[in-house]
Amino acid sequence: MTEIMIDEQAAERIAKGVPVVEFDHVCLGFEEHQVLKDISFKVAHGETRIILGPSGGGKSVLMKLANGLLLPDTGDVRILGWSLQQMTQRELFQMRAHVGMVFQESALFDSLNVEDNVAYRLEEEHVDPAEIHTRVVEALHFVELEKAIDKFPSELSGGMRRRVSIARAIISKPDLILYDSPTGGLDPITSNTIIELVVKQRDVSGTTSLLITHRLQDAFTMATHRYNEQLGHMEKIPNGGVDPNTRFLVLNDGQVVFDGATLELAHTSDPWLKDYIS
Amino acid sequence: MRLFSPEAYAKSIVASVQEYALLCAHAIGDLFSKPRYINDMFTQMDSIGVGSLPIVVLTGFFTGCVLALQSATSLKEFGAVNMTGRLVALSMVKELGPVLTGLMVSGRNASGMASELGSMKVSEQIDAMRALGTDPIRKLVTPRIVATVVMLFFLTIISDSCGTAGGGVVAVGMLHLNGHTFFTTAYLTLKMGDVVEGLVKPLFSGFIIATIGCYYGLKTTGGTRGVGKSTTQAVVASSVLIILMDFLVTQLMIGIFGR
Repeated sequence: MTEIMIDEQAAERIAKGVPVVEFDHVCLGFEEHQVLKDISFKVAHGETRIILGPSGGGKSVLMKLANGLLLPDTGDVRILGWSLQQMTQRELFQMRAHVGMVFQESALFDSLNVEDNVAYRLEEEHVDPAEIHTRVVEALHFVELEKAIDKFPSELSGGMRRRVSIARAIISKPDLILYDSPTGGLDPITSNTIIELVVKQRDVSGTTSLLITHRLQDAFTMATHRYNEQLGHMEKIPNGGVDPNTRFLVLNDGQVVFDGATLELAHTSDPWLKDYIS
Repeated sequence: MRLFSPEAYAKSIVASVQEYALLCAHAIGDLFSKPRYINDMFTQMDSIGVGSLPIVVLTGFFTGCVLALQSATSLKEFGAVNMTGRLVALSMVKELGPVLTGLMVSGRNASGMASELGSMKVSEQIDAMRALGTDPIRKLVTPRIVATVVMLFFLTIISDSCGTAGGGVVAVGMLHLNGHTFFTTAYLTLKMGDVVEGLVKPLFSGFIIATIGCYYGLKTTGGTRGVGKSTTQAVVASSVLIILMDFLVTQLMIGIFGR
């Protein structure tokens, strides 16, 4: 499968309505510990799926499966219709050009400055240097961090690192963005800034995304707010409305305990879920 | 206290050898397909080769000095002090130059590679690289192997030369031997087999240093403590393997050249 074929097929499959992410009875264990047990769900194009659950429930592992960084023991993980288990390593690397990922601790390359970090993927694709610079500035403008272009990761605060990481993930305009706890370890104000950026990306670009968060407040902010492009900031959806494209997946002890819309989660009758979201 | 299982230990060793072999095969295979990270190779050559130059020059020079002093004392008893140059040249070119250079470069670079890659692993930079569509073995391991093999070859030649020069300085300056005799006997005693033996060893040593350093770096777990552990293991393993390889190659070369 050549790179060009993968690019063409991606656009074709999105147009046909193929789910961007599809987990089909996925199980994964490490040594004797079963981390994910029979996980099945689908994420449609343009949807934002928020993954909630207690620590150690397998959320980050699920995220790595969605990018082919790990492969399941049984079951099938399909991204844009491609079964990851059937792809060669080389094809997996090409497939990842369609997936952006924001890591829990940012995972910026500490020997490269902000510009080179954000430009990394474009440089690997041998894009023209002038175009790379323009697109880096554009991505940094999106996360409101143009002034930090020459700084190194060690000179940035935790929130700024997270924003650079978002810029790095969106620069290639991916079909899917994976956010692994983008607000983890940040103070509430910085967390809000990051969530606003995620909502902005969702509403401005309509990119499909998976987002892990431990902060229920962030999850419900995403479901009940939208980005106002004219005013340039996030605002509450009027009349207590919720974003129809934002849905929830709750994991507990490696199993899916909830898969549905915001209002379904808010009005759940499951005692464990009620207790968890209260 | 948890009981030690010999079976689990044996399995872990076999699994490590398998992982190491797969890493080596993958890294060598990447040489024959695109993309190739030529710029990274030159960056590593500069870091490994030019960066190691001072320690290699100093080690080689003083090893030659000591060798001349020690051998001249023994040779004097047999009235063969004029053979000092021959002994220094043979020892440096066949054995001490390649082995000591390998060990010095191992101490400096196997540890450097293990700690650099280990830090990247524990801070998820390796995963980030994979997530950004880059094969970390192709990008990080293959350039280091090429750079170490190429540069160790030339560093060994420099070490041999410095060692012979150091021996010459001691022979002339301290032992008051004839410089012309020293260098003539040193030159005449070296045969093709000796030079080949001395230049084949760094090729293997370079491969061992880079692959062991990268292997321990990429399998690092457990935060900064894990990085420290990987660094130590990389230096120990590569040093032992260099000595083992030296023995095997020497045996092979004696079989081929008969000396």
